Amino acid sequence: MYKITQLSIFLENKRGNLYNTLNLLAENSINIRALSLADTTEFGILRLVVQDPIKAKKILEEHWYIVKNTPIVGAKLDDTSGRLSSVLKILNDEEIDLEYIYAFTHEKTEKAILLLQAEDLDNLISILNAYKVPLVPSEEVYNL
Amino acid sequence: MWNEEIECMSREDIFELQLKKLQATVKRAFDKIPFYTEKYTNANVFPEDIETLKDIEKLPFLTKDDLRACYPFGMFAVDKKEIIEVHSSSGTTGKPVVSGYTQNDIDNWGEIVARGLTMMGLDADDIIQNTHGYGLFTGGFGVHYGAHRLGATIIPISTGQTRRQIEIMADFGTTCLIFTPSYGIYLGEVAKEEGIDFDNLGLKAIGFGAEMWTSEMRDRIEDTFKTKAYNIYGLTELMGPGLGIECSAQNGLHIAEDFFYPEIIDSNTGNTLPEGTHGELVLTNLERESMPVIRFRTKDLTALHYDTCECGRTLARMERITGRSDDMIKVKGVAVFPSQIEKALLNVSDIEPHYQIIVTRPDIMDEIEIKVEASESLFSDDVKEMMEVKRKISEYIQNEIGISVNVSLVAPKSIPRSTKGKIQRVIDKRNLH
Repeated sequence: MYKITQLSIFLENKRGNLYNTLNLLAENSINIRALSLADTTEFGILRLVVQDPIKAKKILEEHWYIVKNTPIVGAKLDDTSGRLSSVLKILNDEEIDLEYIYAFTHEKTEKAILLLQAEDLDNLISILNAYKVPLVPSEEVYNL
Repeated sequence: MWNEEIECMSREDIFELQLKKLQATVKRAFDKIPFYTEKYTNANVFPEDIETLKDIEKLPFLTKDDLRACYPFGMFAVDKKEIIEVHSSSGTTGKPVVSGYTQNDIDNWGEIVARGLTMMGLDADDIIQNTHGYGLFTGGFGVHYGAHRLGATIIPISTGQTRRQIEIMADFGTTCLIFTPSYGIYLGEVAKEEGIDFDNLGLKAIGFGAEMWTSEMRDRIEDTFKTKAYNIYGLTELMGPGLGIECSAQNGLHIAEDFFYPEIIDSNTGNTLPEGTHGELVLTNLERESMPVIRFRTKDLTALHYDTCECGRTLARMERITGRSDDMIKVKGVAVFPSQIEKALLNVSDIEPHYQIIVTRPDIMDEIEIKVEASESLFSDDVKEMMEVKRKISEYIQNEIGISVNVSLVAPKSIPRSTKGKIQRVIDKRNLH
């Protein structure tokens, strides 16, 4: 229940590509919860957490996008200074290599949501549990 | 002129001579080589059907695949003891093609190249530095035999050892250099660095060939070496270099028509095209003992002209080769086939990715870019892994074709398709046309 389905989308690094992609989702009333973009000079990987990942993937694939479902986890943190670094310290102490992180704030609960990806996601989840870092159930993220 | 009688013969006499030689060649091939016996019998055409030169069009074409199928000696019309030398084309796309020579064939080769060297203004007093490779490749030996026939001094230095080339050029008083255009440009640059003054070196001519070239490349070569540069054309299958050589007019390559019968065809229909029309060059050996090659499709695109040249020669002239009728491309002097790229791509993905080869020449060096459409199996959520996929693709392709390439991953369906859904595999932006 804590694994959030993130969509990873291949984008060529060309003017208009990001707009076209996001516009396609907008036209199909897909709400984006969080977004991150990893890019190189030539291509990028657009990572999205959306309301309905199954529908979004289907729409994108119908338009010839390459989309992968990537499970990630979301940690719910107090939106106060120092909270993010304290979580990262735990992971550092436990020798967890993160692939990437990105974050957004949850307006209703005034919490920050930290999205994390690691090679061994199950291990990451158990460590966060052990340190009592609250995780956000995936349904909650989709339906923010 | 080396052989004025032939080189200035009236067109009528040339055609008459060619007809006689063609009839004899077809008859010999049909009688001596089972491959032709079968091929012509199946096509229901026989030596006696060749009554005019135009009747050659009744004969089926010969392709590189036909020659490969006869590997190694299946095309020989003489006993093996008559064969005194063999050469071979590179086997990049499968079995190589073997070319055999009798003593007379070698003598004729020398005669043909000697005529060409004379066209370039050379004689027995000249010193020819031959940077073409000596080996199975015909380039080195063809020039070598021609220089012997001419009585000039040949320096059989072969390719490479560039600084030594320059030293020898200066010390020996080389008057003619033979090279491929890309090696020539490189040689010229190194020579300039070494402080060679070509104004005082006394070069009389340059013979270049074995690669596609542009008039800008020729200008650059002439400008560097301060002398005229003449194109030499040839094919291992028919003989080797010398089949066509440019004269002082530099207005096309004279074909040794007493030894070769040239035709231009439409690559798609196979129909013969009239004088001056661009199409695929088809060649026939008219006097070759070892291995008569009849109606060989060269895949080289050019046009033929039969008007008398300003040099006085009546022999037909072919234009500079401007392309290939198949997908083969020459990049940095290396033959590259799309099939090689496909093979390399299958190493990284089970399903063959869509791709396109783009060749450019930003300055003098060719560059090759392979656009590969990303796919489910090539895509990963990890940038490092994606970079690794790219690196692997480049590495596999480089192993396959021997030269480095730039690989770029592009979006699916981003390479333009034709209305039939086909991708144009090769885009050559080098402006060789």
